[in-house]
Amino acid sequence: MMQQLEQAIDEITQKAKSLGLDFFPMRYEICPPEVIYTFGAYGMPTRYNHWSFGKAFYKMKMQYDLGMSKIYELVINSNPCYAFLLDSNTLIQNKLIVAHVLAHCDFFKNNAHFAHTNRNMVESMAASADRIRQYEKTYGRAKVESFLDAAMAIAEHIDPHADRIKKKQQVDHLKKVRTQQPYEDLWELEPAVGGETVSSPSPSGPTSIRDILKGHREEKESPSHSMEPEKDILLFIMENSRHLEDWQRDILTIVRDEMSYFWPQIETKVMNEGWATYWHLHIMRELDLSDEETIEFAKLNASVIQPSTTQINPYYVGLKMFEDIEKRFGRDHLFEVRELESDTSFIRNYLTQDLVKELNMFSFGKIGSDYVINSTEWEKVRDTFIESRVNGGFPYLTVIDADPDLHLHHHYEGSELDLRYIEKTLPYVQQLWGRNVHLQTMIEERRVVFSTDGEKVHRKFI
Amino acid sequence: MSEPLFLISQEDWSLHRKGYEDQTRHREKVKEALRNNLADMVAEEGIFASNGKNIVKIPIRSLDEFRFRYNYKRQNHVGTGNGSAKKGDVVAKDGDPNQQQQGPGKGAGAGDQPGVDYFETEVTLEEVENHLFSRLKLPHLDKKEQAEVVVDSIQFNDIRKKGIMGNLDKKRTILQAIKRNAQEGKKGLGKILEDDLRFKTWSEVKIPHSQAVVLCMMDTSGSMGRFEKDIARTTFFWISRFLRQNYSNVEIVFIAHHTHAKVVSEEHFFTKGEMGGTVCSSAYKLALELIQQKYSPSKYNIYPIHFSDGDNLPSDNDECIEIIQKVMEVSNFFAYGEINQHHRMSTLGDVFKSIDHPKLRSAVIYERKDILQALTTFFTENKEEELKA
Repeated sequence: MMQQLEQAIDEITQKAKSLGLDFFPMRYEICPPEVIYTFGAYGMPTRYNHWSFGKAFYKMKMQYDLGMSKIYELVINSNPCYAFLLDSNTLIQNKLIVAHVLAHCDFFKNNAHFAHTNRNMVESMAASADRIRQYEKTYGRAKVESFLDAAMAIAEHIDPHADRIKKKQQVDHLKKVRTQQPYEDLWELEPAVGGETVSSPSPSGPTSIRDILKGHREEKESPSHSMEPEKDILLFIMENSRHLEDWQRDILTIVRDEMSYFWPQIETKVMNEGWATYWHLHIMRELDLSDEETIEFAKLNASVIQPSTTQINPYYVGLKMFEDIEKRFGRDHLFEVRELESDTSFIRNYLTQDLVKELNMFSFGKIGSDYVINSTEWEKVRDTFIESRVNGGFPYLTVIDADPDLHLHHHYEGSELDLRYIEKTLPYVQQLWGRNVHLQTMIEERRVVFSTDGEKVHRKFI
Repeated sequence: MSEPLFLISQEDWSLHRKGYEDQTRHREKVKEALRNNLADMVAEEGIFASNGKNIVKIPIRSLDEFRFRYNYKRQNHVGTGNGSAKKGDVVAKDGDPNQQQQGPGKGAGAGDQPGVDYFETEVTLEEVENHLFSRLKLPHLDKKEQAEVVVDSIQFNDIRKKGIMGNLDKKRTILQAIKRNAQEGKKGLGKILEDDLRFKTWSEVKIPHSQAVVLCMMDTSGSMGRFEKDIARTTFFWISRFLRQNYSNVEIVFIAHHTHAKVVSEEHFFTKGEMGGTVCSSAYKLALELIQQKYSPSKYNIYPIHFSDGDNLPSDNDECIEIIQKVMEVSNFFAYGEINQHHRMSTLGDVFKSIDHPKLRSAVIYERKDILQALTTFFTENKEEELKA
C-alpha cells in the first residue's frame, strides 16, 4: 500500500512539475481522522490551546462520524510544505488530494499576497504555544484564557499589508496627524496618471475634485478627528493601551502574527480552491486510470465541485473561472492570474456576463422569513460577490480616535453589523483598551454609537 | 543530490490529545454558561411540550465566538443555480442557511455545506428546575392553617425479625441467608431459616397537607396572538411546576375572557382564540366568585395570575381596581404578566401602576428572555411583610 502510494505520488509530482507547477518540497503525513480534524480545527498542528479550537474540532469530528462531511485535504503554507492524508483514504482519493495540494503549494509559493508570509510558521506557532503555556502557569489559566478570548474577538482587525516596523520607526508619536481624506493622496499622483485633466483649478471656484474634497473636509471635520484612521486595531491597542502587561502584549502579538499568516488564505479562498481544483482535474486526466478508478474519481470530483444555492462553493466557481480564463487567454495567462490577483480583483476582472449566466448565479436576500433571489443581473451579482470578499468578508473597522476613550468607526457600505454581536464584542475591546470604547456604525440608515464601560453597552442614535 | 521533492511518513499519533483537551474545556464553559443563561433556558421553546417528564433533555448550543460581523439577515448573498433559478425564487427559509463559518485555518472541507446547527450538550428539566427554583420564593408564607391541615399516613421505615408474611422484605431476607451461609463457610444461597426472615414495619406519621389553587386568567380575544399565548404558556408552565414542588396538591383553573369570562380547559385556554373586545373585570369577578364558592382561603393558598397584552376597555378600569383589591385580600398574591412585544401603550398596565399593595406583582415581558425576570418578580418574598414580622 505504502509503496503504491509512493509510486503514485512520484508520478503525480513529476506530472505537476512538467505542467509548470512550482512548489516547495512536500512532506506528506498519514494520520487518523482525529488528528486531521485537530489540524483542521487549529489551522496548524502546533497552535496554542483554546476552547474555540476544541469547539471546531468537535464539530468537524461529529460531522465526520455522522458521515456528513469529510476533509479531503489539509495543507500548510510552509517550506517544506506539509500535507496530511487520512489513513483510511483509498488510493484514488490520495491521488486526487496529492494533485490538489501540489497546486495549493504552488499558489502559496507564487501568489504575490503570500510573499511575506512566514514559511516557518509551524515552528513559530509551536514557540508561541510554549510561551502561552508558560503564561498559564505564571498567571493562571483562567486569566490567560479570558485575555485570549478578548484578543481573538478582534483578531481580524489587522492590516496585514502594512510594513509596520518601518512605519513605527518613522512615527514615534502616539497619533498620526490626519492631513488628508481617505484616498486623497491619490490625487497627488494625478499628473502622472491622469495627464492634464484637472491640473489647473479655475479661479472662480473649486473645480477639481481635490478642491471639492478639501472644502468638504473643512466643513465636516470635527476637531476630535485628529488622527489618521488606523485599520490595525490590534496593533493600535498593543502600542497605545496603557493598561497591558508585557505578557498580554505578547499574546496580542501572537494573535496578530497568526492572523497575518492566515490572512492571504482568507483573501484568496475562491482563487486558491479554484486553482487547486483546476489542476487536480488536469493532472488526473493525464494519469493512466483503470475504469473503476475513473468512476471513483468522477464521483469524488463531483462531490467536491457540487454547486450550492445558498452560498458560493469556491471549488466550483473558482474552477469555472480558471477554465474560462484559459479558454479566453490561454494557459500562460493562468499563471499570471494566480500570481497577481486576490479574490476581489479576480472576480472583478474575470467574472464575465457569460459566466454569471452559465453558472446561473444570482444574488439573494431576506424577505419576511424567506431568502429570495433578488437579481440575476450580472453586474449586480458580481458586485454582491465582490462585496462578500472585501476585507476577507469581515466588516472594515478603524480606530479614529483615542482621547483617551477608544473610538472605532465601521466603514458602512450597505451591510449592517450584527447588533447582538456588537454588544458582546465591545466589552472585549474595553478589556484590552482599559478604558471606555465606542463604535460608530449605521442601523437603518441612521448613525448610531455603541458605548461600553466594560459592564454595560449603550446605544445612542446621533 | 538535491533535496527530495517529497517524503511520506506515518507516525504514532496516539498521544495527540489536543483536540479532545480543548473540546473538554469548551464543554466546561458551556456548563458554566448555563448557570449564567438561565433566562435562555427558561425561555426555551417547547420545554413545556415535555409535559413535565423529567427525562426530557434540552439541547444546548455551543458557545458563540463573539466578534464584529455582519447581520446575515440584512445582507445580500450570492448562490448558484442549476440553470433555472430566476428572480423571485425562494432559495431558503429562515433558519436553514446558517451563517457560514468562515475563518482562518478552518481546514478546507471539500464541498463545504452551510454550517449545520449542532448541539454541544444537554440538560435535563430537573437541572433547569434546580437552578430556577433556587431563585424563587413562595410569597406570604405566614399563611393561616396551612401547617394545621394534616393527614394521617404511614411510612415503612424500619426492619424487624418478626412480622406478618405480607410485609416480608425478600431482598433483605435473602441477603441475610447468604451472609449466614458464608459465615458457616458455605458458598451461595443455601436454605433459608426462620432466623433469616426480615420484615418491613411501619410507623404512623402526620404529613402536613397543603393545597394551592392557581387561577390562571388570560385574555383570549383577537389581540392575543401566537407569541403572547406562547409566552403565557411557558410562564404558566414554570409557575405550576414550582407550586407543585411546594404544595402536595395544586389545582389549576383556567379562566378565559374577552368581554365575558368563563372557565375553560387547558387546551382551549392556550389554543382557541375568540373575537371581541376586552373587559378584564369579568375575569377578576369570576375569580372572586370561585374563591368564595370553591376555594376557601382558609383551605387553599390562592395564586391568581393574569396574562394580558395590556389592552383593556378604558371604561372598565375603575371596576378592575376595585375587584383586584378584593381578590388580593384573600390571595397569596396577585400576579399580572403583561406580554407587550411591541412596547405599546397599555391601559391595563396603568391600572396596576395605580395600585400600591404588597401582594401585587406585575411584570412586563417584551421578549422570551424576560420570562425569567417575570418569574422572579412573582415569586419573591415581600420585603415589607418581612419587616413587619
